[in-house]
Amino acid sequence: MASDTTSGRRSRFIDNLGKVYFLYTLGFLAFFLLMAILESLGASAQLIGIGFLLFTIGIYAIIGWLSRTAEVDAYYVAGREVPALYNGMATAADWMSGASFVALAGGVYFGGYPYLGYIIGWTGGYVLVNSLMAPYLRKFGCYTVPDFVGTRYGGSAARFIAVIVLVVASFTYVTAQINATGTIAAQTLGISFEIGVWFGLLGIFICSMLGGMRGVTWTQVAQYIVLIIAYLVPIIWMSNKQGFGIIPHFSYGDGVFRIAELQAQYGLNPPAEPIAGLSVLTTPQNAPGDAMSSWSMVSLAICMMAGTASLPHILMRYFTTPSVRSARRSVGWSLFFIFLLYFSAPALATLTKLQLLDPNLATSIIGKPFADVANLEWIKHWSSVGMLAVADQNSDGILQLNEFFMRPDIVVLATPEIAGLPFVISGLVAAGGLAAAMSTADGLLLAIANALSHDLYYKIVDPSASTRRRLIVARVILVFIGAGGAAVASLKLTGILGAVAWAFDFAASGLFFPLVLGVWWKRANTAGAIAGMLGGFGAGSVYLYLVYNKIMTPWLGIDDIRFGIVGMAVSLVAMVVVSLATKEPSKEIQDMVDEVRVPSGKPILAAGH
Amino acid sequence: MAEDTRAANGLHWSKTRNLTYIILALWALFGIIIPWFAGALNSMTFLGFPLGYYFCVQGSLIAFVVLIWVQNWRQDAIDEEFGHDE
Repeated sequence: MASDTTSGRRSRFIDNLGKVYFLYTLGFLAFFLLMAILESLGASAQLIGIGFLLFTIGIYAIIGWLSRTAEVDAYYVAGREVPALYNGMATAADWMSGASFVALAGGVYFGGYPYLGYIIGWTGGYVLVNSLMAPYLRKFGCYTVPDFVGTRYGGSAARFIAVIVLVVASFTYVTAQINATGTIAAQTLGISFEIGVWFGLLGIFICSMLGGMRGVTWTQVAQYIVLIIAYLVPIIWMSNKQGFGIIPHFSYGDGVFRIAELQAQYGLNPPAEPIAGLSVLTTPQNAPGDAMSSWSMVSLAICMMAGTASLPHILMRYFTTPSVRSARRSVGWSLFFIFLLYFSAPALATLTKLQLLDPNLATSIIGKPFADVANLEWIKHWSSVGMLAVADQNSDGILQLNEFFMRPDIVVLATPEIAGLPFVISGLVAAGGLAAAMSTADGLLLAIANALSHDLYYKIVDPSASTRRRLIVARVILVFIGAGGAAVASLKLTGILGAVAWAFDFAASGLFFPLVLGVWWKRANTAGAIAGMLGGFGAGSVYLYLVYNKIMTPWLGIDDIRFGIVGMAVSLVAMVVVSLATKEPSKEIQDMVDEVRVPSGKPILAAGH
Repeated sequence: MAEDTRAANGLHWSKTRNLTYIILALWALFGIIIPWFAGALNSMTFLGFPLGYYFCVQGSLIAFVVLIWVQNWRQDAIDEEFGHDE
């Protein structure tokens, strides 16, 4: 009876999604205006920041509470009733992490051409998701990615190894997200980073604990709306101030040329005395050089694309749509929504760089008297937390380009202040960054906890567990993984982006070929898949260890953020050779592959499996 | 009857596969080949941008979005042809 009323309420909710999220967007904009009015009445920056944080987290908490569930299908795959458009938004939020939101533009700002590999890689990967993965995994009807591996290749060994690769890749990624959540919470609330991390984790649990995938889905849609507004508003604002038109995306080309001029004028020199953790601009904005720089750009793009198509927290979003066709359609929506942010990031980096460098703009600091610059409010603010530094190292009283130090991660967060925008924009951007980091952390934690509870506990340890017990185990694991992630994040091991790239490389090394060939090559068998996962993941990890610790010099410029190239090559060769050297899969398995390729009909795995 | 279904499914798969190959070839063009030659393309300008730079920050991204939508449109047609539309 109780479930009848629940499903009745659910279907009304699904029918009214457009209205619900439209009102929510209006509400958010109204809140933004309210904060702007409060600012003009003299509210402090801190108060506004706290307002944004509490308002948005409060909304996510309400959605999380309303989405609570006691059904396996709802907990693992949101009841498979998420329409393509909304699944696209949820995937975009799931996908765009603290790294995309906070660090991507900073990377473009400092990293120049090779760095653009991230932009190409993190969008182009979706063509692979759509072509090779999503529709087939949806037809399969699995709850998790190891569920596919375990059923297609059979046996607990393959399933278990897939769980390991998933946990390593996702855990690497989630610590970076909790780190980002902590950074933003600490910044805004004025608390220490170590406490901020646990505060952020609390927010993440609010979205995922009660409703599992269902709760995460509906909060992610809400988070996407916040993050895209927060990303675009400052860019459009700056564009109008600098005369690039209402939207700068198609007209900032002149800015790219202007930066090249300014860079030549100031000179791109390394600093006289480096400051640990902070960077000086030394890489030109746009200067692809020899074949080596092309290779370093393209190899990065390949790792990120293959990683995109094998990261379980993304693939599992496509398990939540009602049909194979809607899974494909939602990949299209996902990339469209992601594209809105990704083609804005280079625009933001360019405009911010102009703000700082171009002497014709009032906000510029390079080439200005040192004493004036050191007195600027935003310089003082960000220097006080160690994220920025100015130092007159050649003692000429003028700030040179190589005397301006900044942590790449803060470009987006600091841009509103650099450009002299009101505090309310900074509050908005902080809320956006928090939404981006929280939504990704949710997806990742759920991917890890679901693999452990469904694949390890239910499928391998205790196949007779009751539904109630399965869902309790799932939630307990979620809490432990989250706490573990927060504990690791509070150690501050790497910058936000380093750890993120590793996650893609791990996933690409261990999972890409076993997943693709599972659908596209009938001859792939259990032994081959195990060899592909172990070989790729093992080779990639060893290579990462050797290169990262400088025990070996990178081979062909394949450094620690590109080790997926090595892992994937080993994985492919191992999988093909071992598959061919052993017996072909049984008739049943081959028929199952045929069945997966047919878009209509029943899924391979029944609901509640 | 079972044989008929099997043959139809085989044909459906070969059409699906060919479509996928075309999409992947275009994906490689925009995702790998053009970014690789960005330096050479930069001697041209487009919308006021150096062309190679333009592709890396915008052109290829637009191409990816279009590729997915076109693929889904064509795939829907293939699915309908074989009665797999739901």
